[in-house]
Amino acid sequence: MNPVQAVGRSTLGLLRTAGSVAIFAGRGVAASVSTPWFGGQMARQVVSIGYLSLPVVGLTAVFTGAALALNIYTGGGRFNAEQIMPQIVALGITRELGPVLAALMLAGRVSAAIAAEIGAMRATEQIDALHTLSTDPFRYLVAPRLIAAVLTLPLLTAVADTIGVAGGFLVATQTLGFSGPLYVQNTWNFLTSWDIQSGLIKAAVFGFIVALMGAYHGYNASGGARGVGRATTHAVVSAAILVFAADYILTSIFTAK
Amino acid sequence: MTEPTHPMLELRGVRKAFGDKVVLDGVDIPVARGRSLVIIGGSGQGKSVTIKIAIGLMAPDSGQVFVDGEDTANIRTSAERARHNARFGMLFQGAALFDSLTIWENVAFRLINADKVPRKEARDRAIEALARVGLPASVANLYPIELSGGMQKRAGLARAVVAAPQIIFFDEPTTGLDPINADVINDLIVEQVKRLGCTAVSITHDMASARKIGDEIAMLHKGKIVWRGPAADIDHSGNAYVDQFVNGRADGPIKVEV
Ligand SMILES: Nc1ncnc2c1ncn2[C@@H]1O[C@H](COP(=O)(O)OP(=O)(O)OP(=O)(O)O)[C@@H](O)[C@H]1O
Ligand SMILES: [Mg+2]
Repeated sequence: MNPVQAVGRSTLGLLRTAGSVAIFAGRGVAASVSTPWFGGQMARQVVSIGYLSLPVVGLTAVFTGAALALNIYTGGGRFNAEQIMPQIVALGITRELGPVLAALMLAGRVSAAIAAEIGAMRATEQIDALHTLSTDPFRYLVAPRLIAAVLTLPLLTAVADTIGVAGGFLVATQTLGFSGPLYVQNTWNFLTSWDIQSGLIKAAVFGFIVALMGAYHGYNASGGARGVGRATTHAVVSAAILVFAADYILTSIFTAK
Repeated sequence: MTEPTHPMLELRGVRKAFGDKVVLDGVDIPVARGRSLVIIGGSGQGKSVTIKIAIGLMAPDSGQVFVDGEDTANIRTSAERARHNARFGMLFQGAALFDSLTIWENVAFRLINADKVPRKEARDRAIEALARVGLPASVANLYPIELSGGMQKRAGLARAVVAAPQIIFFDEPTTGLDPINADVINDLIVEQVKRLGCTAVSITHDMASARKIGDEIAMLHKGKIVWRGPAADIDHSGNAYVDQFVNGRADGPIKVEV
């Protein structure tokens, strides 16, 4: 095979995948915005995607906030700008690191779990069984996960924002000698509501990506236990990459004035 | 009112290929109302694909599927699909119970999620259905993982019959069970099909099971139905494929591909 053929073939493969992901996403969205809804399933997913992710998201945020504070303080020191550290930390966390880190933790925790669960259901004919029991798998399995992720990732991000800023605050006040009240005041006066909102909008999009990748790869899993393993890996990797890509696109839209 | 003359289920000229591998090559299978047809055939001959096409889980490349005289290709919306599926019950090869739900929730799944029967009533009906397949009410709150393979098959059977389907499919109902449990399942299948008066299509390579649950037997080989006749004729079919399969001989017209 010559190089041109190879490039052509992989381009076609990529387009085919993009097409089938788009169709899957369309069916998922259609099932999410119309009744019947499976409230019980949705509640279960809100707990497992949202609530149970709080510890990992919180821990990630506190350490990242603290490390960010140290780095910016040191970097800022090179041109005597240590004092604006609280503002930079707050901006970096709300606009960028809060939503991205929360989404990455969810890509690992949630995409994988969704892909494994739905993939195992595919392998053991449970998805076929849903059909024969007059229940649309997109309504019963896919929609509750999409909805739960889109609703809870912004909430997790709000938590990550708060804890991340608190991490910076702790380092600043405990080791860098900042005054507590002043740190809070600086952060508060500096941040605009758009800084926070734009991060939360990103988070909703990332939530959709994370749940979609898990569901897509799980639903299309084939080939028994190995297929489920492969689906899980693909879900995590594709969710992470798409989160970064979406992050860049959204950021460039949000910053274009 | 006169009985309709069309078959309850009919596959007409069904073809299905995966890539360049032709699995079904023009299969015609009519099944009369209230009859039980067993499809036999070697591994990989397309028995499961046949059932998946009949039940609408897979679309044929060409050919039609009629249910009660209606061409299933005319089903468009998901609501129509759900109503159509309400006529079916299916027992899957591995039972395919939902492992996140208890046994009674599994059995009552269609009642709760599709038919919107109140939970209390659905639970009562599920426990009744479990009793019919010989499972005590004490298993109702267990999860599938806590049941043996034979018990899971019974629960799967209860789930398939709880909403009184018109057509019921059995995919290798006895595979993986010991001979005694296999016979219990066969008896339960015969009993439930008779009680409901429904049309049944089973696939199996277990001849004891085929003889017991089938009114008729059809053999699928190389994408075609090579023989079909009353179950009683299976031992003197005069068909070399059937003879070789029934007697389990290595030599004959069927070549095992390795
Ligand atoms: N979704 C699919 N994609 C590709 N090939 C498939 C698919 N489903 C079935 N096949 C192929 O079709 C052929 C028939 O499969 P099928 O499962 O119907 O066999 P079977 O008669 O039920 O065999 P067994 O007794 O082993 O269950 C097999 O060769 C299988 O590899
Ligand atoms: Mg099979």
